[in-house]
Amino acid sequence: MFVAWRDLKFAKGRFALMGTVIVLITLLVGLLSGLTAGLGRQNVSAITGLPVDRIAFDAPGDGQQLSYGDSTVTEEQWRRWAGTPGVTGAEPLGITMTRATAGARGAGVSVFGVEPGSRLAPDGDRITERAAVLSVPAADALGLGPGDAFTLAGQRLTVAAVQGDASFSHTPVIWAGLDVWRKTAPPTGDDGGPAARTATVIALNTTSGADVPAADQAAGTETVSRTDSLSAIGSYTSENGSLQLMRGLLFVISALVIGAFFTVWTVQRGSDIAVLKALGASTGHLLRDALGQAVVLLTGGTLLGTAVAAALGAVVAGSAVPFVLTPGTVLVPAAVTIVLGAVGAALAVRRITSVDPLTALGSAR
Amino acid sequence: MSLQLTDITLTYPDGEDRLTALDRVTLDVPRGSLTAVVGPSGSGKSSLLAVAATLVTPDTGTVTIDGTTTTGMTRGDLTDLRRHKIGIVFQQPSLLASLTAAEQLQVMAHIDGRSPAGARGRAMDLLDAVGLADHAHRRPHQLSGGQRQRVNIARALMNDPTVLLVDEPTSALDQERGAAVIDLIARLTRRRATATVLVTHDRAHLTVADRIAEVHDGRLRLPAGAG
Ligand SMILES: Nc1ncnc2c1ncn2[C@@H]1O[C@H](COP(=O)(O)OP(=O)(O)OP(=O)(O)O)[C@@H](O)[C@H]1O
Ligand SMILES: [Mg+2]
Repeated sequence: MFVAWRDLKFAKGRFALMGTVIVLITLLVGLLSGLTAGLGRQNVSAITGLPVDRIAFDAPGDGQQLSYGDSTVTEEQWRRWAGTPGVTGAEPLGITMTRATAGARGAGVSVFGVEPGSRLAPDGDRITERAAVLSVPAADALGLGPGDAFTLAGQRLTVAAVQGDASFSHTPVIWAGLDVWRKTAPPTGDDGGPAARTATVIALNTTSGADVPAADQAAGTETVSRTDSLSAIGSYTSENGSLQLMRGLLFVISALVIGAFFTVWTVQRGSDIAVLKALGASTGHLLRDALGQAVVLLTGGTLLGTAVAAALGAVVAGSAVPFVLTPGTVLVPAAVTIVLGAVGAALAVRRITSVDPLTALGSAR
Repeated sequence: MSLQLTDITLTYPDGEDRLTALDRVTLDVPRGSLTAVVGPSGSGKSSLLAVAATLVTPDTGTVTIDGTTTTGMTRGDLTDLRRHKIGIVFQQPSLLASLTAAEQLQVMAHIDGRSPAGARGRAMDLLDAVGLADHAHRRPHQLSGGQRQRVNIARALMNDPTVLLVDEPTSALDQERGAAVIDLIARLTRRRATATVLVTHDRAHLTVADRIAEVHDGRLRLPAGAG
């Protein structure tokens, strides 16, 4: 790195420009990562927080996708699942979006209907047909505390407890009894009349002994893992998909920009490289130096950009902006930027290999 | 003998045919002597130097540097040999823009896997030997053409080479400075006992040479009775 360090200092302007580009791209990647995680959490945390491993949906018709919005399961289906060998838990879960009001305040909420006493909800044993558990963001939005009364789609309920930060499809969750939920849910076509008990999905705990495909067949359901069920949240797939695409493009752009910069840089240094080779520098030595220089620039720029992203993230994390600031959302994109950038630089400095030391000699060539 | 070229033939592809740049050239240069190579443009002088510098492999013939025959050596071995045994003074400005004069020399230790800091003393000695001790901290753009060429010469001597190859070192200099550079090369050749080959256009330089080899159409002619 003897020459590489001095080149870095000597060509300050050029490297500062490149470093700034890396800082800005990493800043953008860092903010986007925090935002993606934040928005994702707002979208799915109620599902990812469920203490179950699988979700059974009513089997959709041909060509239709699983959807939390369209699924309706019946009591017969969840009883059948409960009786299946290897299934240790099968509980109905009703999901719908509606409005809750408390005095003058109102908020859009997701109602998660569970059997009173269910372990799906935090403090589930305090849920009755008259009392509900509110997630912290729901309680905040409505200005409610334990014991307060509120109205959920026309039904008077009291707050049994305020627990957790579950939210679903960007709305805070209220955990209510299954019968309360059913009165808030718009009627679905095939629920077998007003007397039949229904829910949206069945939350399952299974052991390895469970024959899931056979049980699906028997119950007329389609079962996926809890993680796979996230794609059944309509907004999540499109939202997460487009954010990840942007992030992926930024990674590619930074690798290309770095590759382009070091390509030009290496071409400019062509005569220096030829001289050093003629003087007896091995190609490996020159490659190491050049790559070391790229990694120094990349690491410096990336760390600076990441630090700024983390600082900005910390500022906005407390506010209404959904921003998740964890090592995963900050350091992983930084590491990916460095690795992909190093790959770009490696492809660029590879041309050192083909520089002919003969070009250093004589004026004719 | 420290540099021996034996029966060297070098051809370049030239359309369908091949162009013979060096035609059965034999040249022995002992340590501490300076052989000047002259000849018209295109006669093969630079080609001769390139072969001696192990930068091109001749079609036939052998190159022996300080007792080591290069035939069959790998590219990596040749690089090592160049680093340890051969000093090259280039015709073109060949200093690295970001390095000071002293660092231009210290680089030679670096590419040899040694500490550049440890080579500082030797670098200063050599800069002193070429009369540039006061300019050690200057970068190329702060040096005159002649000073740059002297740094070039000092760098070529940094790893104590057996063979010193110099290609038209004065083409960027005026008459007076050119003569000073040639004198310096001749002095260092004797003091440091290098086997020196100096390619030059300028007949005025020939007085310092131990002998003069003339190249015509790839053929080398030595004065009768010499080497
Ligand atoms: N890489 C090459 N490919 C093809 N032909 C070449 C190559 N290098 C040199 N030649 C040819 O070989 C011959 C000898 O070239 P060389 O460069 O050795 O001449 P020179 O004596 O150094 O000339 P000058 O005094 O102009 O520098 C010339 O005819 C030249 O055109
Ligand atoms: Mg020439």
